[in-house]
Amino acid sequence: MADNNSKAAQYWSTNLRLILGSLVVWAFVSYGCGILFRPLLSGISVGGADLGFWFAQQGAILSFIGIIFFYAWRMNKLDKEMGLEE
Amino acid sequence: MSQFAINLIFVGASFALYFGIAIWARAGSTKEFYVAGGGVHPVANGMATAADWMSAASFISMAGLLSAGYVNSSFLMGWTGGYVLLAMLLAPYLRKFGKFTVPDFIGDRFYSKGARLVAVICLIVASITYVIGQMAGAGVAFARFLEVSNTAGIWIAAGVVFFYAVFGGMKGITYTQVAQYVVLIVAYTIPAVFISFQLTGNPLPMFGMFGEYTADGAANAVPLLEKLDLVVRDLGFRDYTADVDNKLNMVLFTLSLMIGTAGLPHVIIRFFTVPKVADARWSAGWALIFIALLYLTAPAVASMARLNLIKTVYPNGTEQQSLAYAERPSWIQTWEETGLITFEDKNNDGRIQMYNDKNEDFTATAQARGWNGSELNVNNDILVLANPEIAQLPSWVIGLIAAGGIAAALSTAAGLLLAISSAVSHDLIKTMINPNITEKGELTAARVSMAVAILVATWLGLNPPGFAAQTVALAFGIAGASIFPALMMGIFSKRVNNKGAVAGMVAGLAATLLYIFTFLGWFFIPGTNMLANTPDNWILGISPLSFGAIGAMINFAVAFIVSNATEEPPVEIQELVESVRYPKGAGAAVDH
Repeated sequence: MADNNSKAAQYWSTNLRLILGSLVVWAFVSYGCGILFRPLLSGISVGGADLGFWFAQQGAILSFIGIIFFYAWRMNKLDKEMGLEE
Repeated sequence: MSQFAINLIFVGASFALYFGIAIWARAGSTKEFYVAGGGVHPVANGMATAADWMSAASFISMAGLLSAGYVNSSFLMGWTGGYVLLAMLLAPYLRKFGKFTVPDFIGDRFYSKGARLVAVICLIVASITYVIGQMAGAGVAFARFLEVSNTAGIWIAAGVVFFYAVFGGMKGITYTQVAQYVVLIVAYTIPAVFISFQLTGNPLPMFGMFGEYTADGAANAVPLLEKLDLVVRDLGFRDYTADVDNKLNMVLFTLSLMIGTAGLPHVIIRFFTVPKVADARWSAGWALIFIALLYLTAPAVASMARLNLIKTVYPNGTEQQSLAYAERPSWIQTWEETGLITFEDKNNDGRIQMYNDKNEDFTATAQARGWNGSELNVNNDILVLANPEIAQLPSWVIGLIAAGGIAAALSTAAGLLLAISSAVSHDLIKTMINPNITEKGELTAARVSMAVAILVATWLGLNPPGFAAQTVALAFGIAGASIFPALMMGIFSKRVNNKGAVAGMVAGLAATLLYIFTFLGWFFIPGTNMLANTPDNWILGISPLSFGAIGAMINFAVAFIVSNATEEPPVEIQELVESVRYPKGAGAAVDH
């Protein structure tokens, strides 16, 4: 039981780390590149506009898809490694 | 064949399909009614979630909003970014919890009837305000394409939703929504592909938008967005790609839309419908892929339609004479009949001028050209519906757009009505009023409450309170400031107790409502607002539409402070929290 508990704690802390990392990327591509850092990225042009504009209109959405699939793949793998899957 | 006959064939064929599916997938038990027996494949569920989520607002209105330029990118990021939060912070754990509704989780986790009741009320208010817009949107689409009155349009919409939602339940809705997704995405992309090809030579709109504008010949090719910036500047508008000054407000508005998205109950209940916890994670990803197909096309539609519209009014370039009113194309005439395009010849020159007459720096230029105010008023909502006509596409494309717009409105209405009916029959009647109700009785109660909800929504759709845009802010504010934080704390904290959760929800909700009503009027009654709704009056420049994010922060803060000042939750509640964190032993959604 003690073993199970420590395994569960390890599973949960791995999950939290993964969530935190994913949220950093999530915020960076949308609030960062798409809004706050847009003036800093104005030098990089993308098809008639700048990189910040591209992130706000398309880049953030594409990144969101990447984040979800990465998280799902990583967590479903972790479930199996820890023997906690259904 | 007339356009009317073509519209009738497309809309009629799509309905035949939805009804066929509803009959094939009739729900037999309460479980099937609420969660489709927990047996829907993640890809199918993702598609249904996408149809559920993409409403009349996404299909009809969003491109119009985006055509204002960069400033409205918040809608794109906000309405998609919420799925990241759902996938990581809510969906898998709520699936593991394994009951039917959002108030179920809040009531059980915070061992409190009060918390459950607050959740039920928030859910019903958020869903009803949201459903009004869908009924009204479907009504407009029916009225325009089937050439009936607006009232008849809304009644047709109500009848259709009633049939497949009341008889089919979640199972019927899920498979109907898969079909509706296919109809709406095909309808949205086909005109966009044609237009992108016409303007840029690239058939993929999302690349065409950042490609070269080649419609004036290859020798004059310039990037499409540069061309657009140029022509809008010539008419005194802000550059399409211009940056915004109030970044704080833009960040908070985007955040409000994200947490509002993650907290909307009709989206959350979708994730109770997949077989396993692992599938709930995949399902959120698939949903976002299907949503992104439309959301990556929308900004292209917005920029290209804006350019096309200006080119129509200024056929020889913005420096030259504008279009003579007598020579206007037939689509302008059609939409003039609906009142969504209006023209007033202010300087009596028989030509249409369209420019930014609110820009004081531009007044001198306008006077020099003999202009006396902008004369053409185009309602943004027609951008998508009129798109095929503006680009002179064949009439079957217009029939397709009609079917697509109606599919978008009906699929969302059905999802919302299901969320409302389960809250009433399951959370209110079975859990709080009469726990001894039989399964059959509960199913009847669910169907009756759905029928009542449809009637209420239809009545409100027929007598719209005249504040459609504000009510959306209200729905997102409520979902973001109350439901999202409560769910998240219920999963990620063992320490938050019943008192903390209730205090947090009430505080977050009250602060948000107070801020919205201060600027938009008490219960949106015109003239009762205490401050004029202008950026100068907003606290720190935060608009009422952006306040949901602040409300959520207040909710979190109050819940933690109150919980830490009071006793720990009981041991069995802490065990419940522990159990939702690990997928093992989830099983099917539990009957109870």
